[in-house]
Amino acid sequence: MSILVRNISKRFGDFTALDDVSLDVAGGSLTALLGPSGSGKSTLLRIIAGLEFADQGEILISGEDATAVRPQDRNVGFVFQHYAAFKHMTVRDNVAFGLQVRKRPKAEIRDRVDRLLKLVQLEAFGHRYPAQLSGGQRQRMALARALAPKPEVLLLDEPFGALDARVRAELRDWLRHLHEEVHVTTIFVTHDQAEAMDVASQIAVMNNGRIEQVGDPTQLYDQPASEFVMQFVGEANRVGDRWVRPHDLDVRSEPAPGGVEAQIERITRYGFDARIELVDAGGEPLVVQVTRDRLEELELARGQIVWVVAHHERAFAEA
Amino acid sequence: MRRYALRFVALFYLSAILIAPLGIVFYRTFEDGFRPAWEALSAPDTIHAFKLTLIITAIAVPLNTIFGIICALAIVRKRFPGKGLLNAFIDLPLALSPVVVGLSLFLLYGRTGWFGGFFERHDIQVLFALPAMIIATIFVSLPFVAREVVPTLREIGDEQEQAAKTLGAGGWQTFRRITLPSIRWAVIYGVILTTARCLGEYGAVAVVSGRIQGETETATLRVEERYDSFDLAGAYAIAIVLALIAIAVLLTMTLVRPREGTT
Repeated sequence: MSILVRNISKRFGDFTALDDVSLDVAGGSLTALLGPSGSGKSTLLRIIAGLEFADQGEILISGEDATAVRPQDRNVGFVFQHYAAFKHMTVRDNVAFGLQVRKRPKAEIRDRVDRLLKLVQLEAFGHRYPAQLSGGQRQRMALARALAPKPEVLLLDEPFGALDARVRAELRDWLRHLHEEVHVTTIFVTHDQAEAMDVASQIAVMNNGRIEQVGDPTQLYDQPASEFVMQFVGEANRVGDRWVRPHDLDVRSEPAPGGVEAQIERITRYGFDARIELVDAGGEPLVVQVTRDRLEELELARGQIVWVVAHHERAFAEA
Repeated sequence: MRRYALRFVALFYLSAILIAPLGIVFYRTFEDGFRPAWEALSAPDTIHAFKLTLIITAIAVPLNTIFGIICALAIVRKRFPGKGLLNAFIDLPLALSPVVVGLSLFLLYGRTGWFGGFFERHDIQVLFALPAMIIATIFVSLPFVAREVVPTLREIGDEQEQAAKTLGAGGWQTFRRITLPSIRWAVIYGVILTTARCLGEYGAVAVVSGRIQGETETATLRVEERYDSFDLAGAYAIAIVLALIAIAVLLTMTLVRPREGTT
């Protein structure tokens, strides 16, 4: 059930979508491909699914060379950002599709569809058409449909991208629970670092057709391998020639040794945390994150000149 | 007020151009009662003409439906050299006068034409016979299915087809279970237009058929032949049957269309 990506390159005309990409995905793991749009993450996912074919390199699924295998013979489940629901079929028929084309016995199909509809909490919606479902329900149906033929790997392309924030968060939790239950090797593509950190056990950060770093969420945050990862995974400030996380900075109202002089532009409170946006003497923006208690203790005001210091010695060298 | 003005203009135009002439045809047909009309319709040559029209339609419509769907799929889903040309050529029968189509078939299948010699050696009569009439009808009714299906295929996109593939469906299964149901109303609409065009075809068939009464005379040719023989009641009667078929076809279309929105 493992997936091995070996030296994959893919060009679309003049555009290099993937440039010599390699990635190991362990069987049963939940991996996120994280990156900005155009970084090649969706292309890589589609190559793993067989919906695109690489110019160079190999794909191995469960140890077998799948590079030239047609998508219908790969036994992968794929979930699209815009659901790709079969609009002329009921929810039941959508979920049953993969089993029907495999000519499974009718009774087996009925049982499996019943179980999956229960799993995605759509038991009551089996006879509806996709147009009669909400976005979140449609995506759950698409997930059930992808899982029905018991795929070796489950691939999700920005699965929550078209949904509103509350439904996104709900489905995120739900995907994590589902993965604990079903244990199918899962790769999902996202541009949202919070989503990747929240759901995945392994994250591959992609940029310009290359993988910048692979690691668990803590590794990416604490030991970013490059400037790009530092900036893309969590927020980062450039102070002199070093990169510092906003919560590793503090603000002093008096001049402090090693402090950078800056003016407060804006103060925002988020529950327990507060975020102070500043501009230093060179016009560079800075973001400092402090606790609410600290903010009240400092008695800061907009327009005030302060000194920003790194209160942790944990600053990251530029790659 | 303005709404009424618009309606008035639209209705007036329609009655002047369409309803009045059609009404006169009806009036003239039954001017002397039903007997002359019935006699004209029950004449063996007329019955043969209608049979011929139906045979040609029954062959041309399925062929153009299959070809139209294949062409639309090629234009929308595939990339290949010459795709732009194919796209442009499909519309050619709409732009070309049917008489030109007939003449070009003459040049191809005539005794000195490119294929003429081949068919003559094998003793197959193409011109002045059913084959040429079918080819001419196929040519003039070629674009309708493809032109209806292309925009629908573009609109539905190919994600559903991709999803079907990842679920294990082969090419034919994907077409039959996903693509075809999604484009079915466009196909039906195209088939209706093609049928109407085949039933009404005159120019190209007139050139290649030789208009032999009781042999290569279709219903539309029969109308003209009756008219030229001063059998006005006969000409009108056949014209009316053709008009009624056309109206029936159009009614089917309007009945089909609203349901398009619900899928």
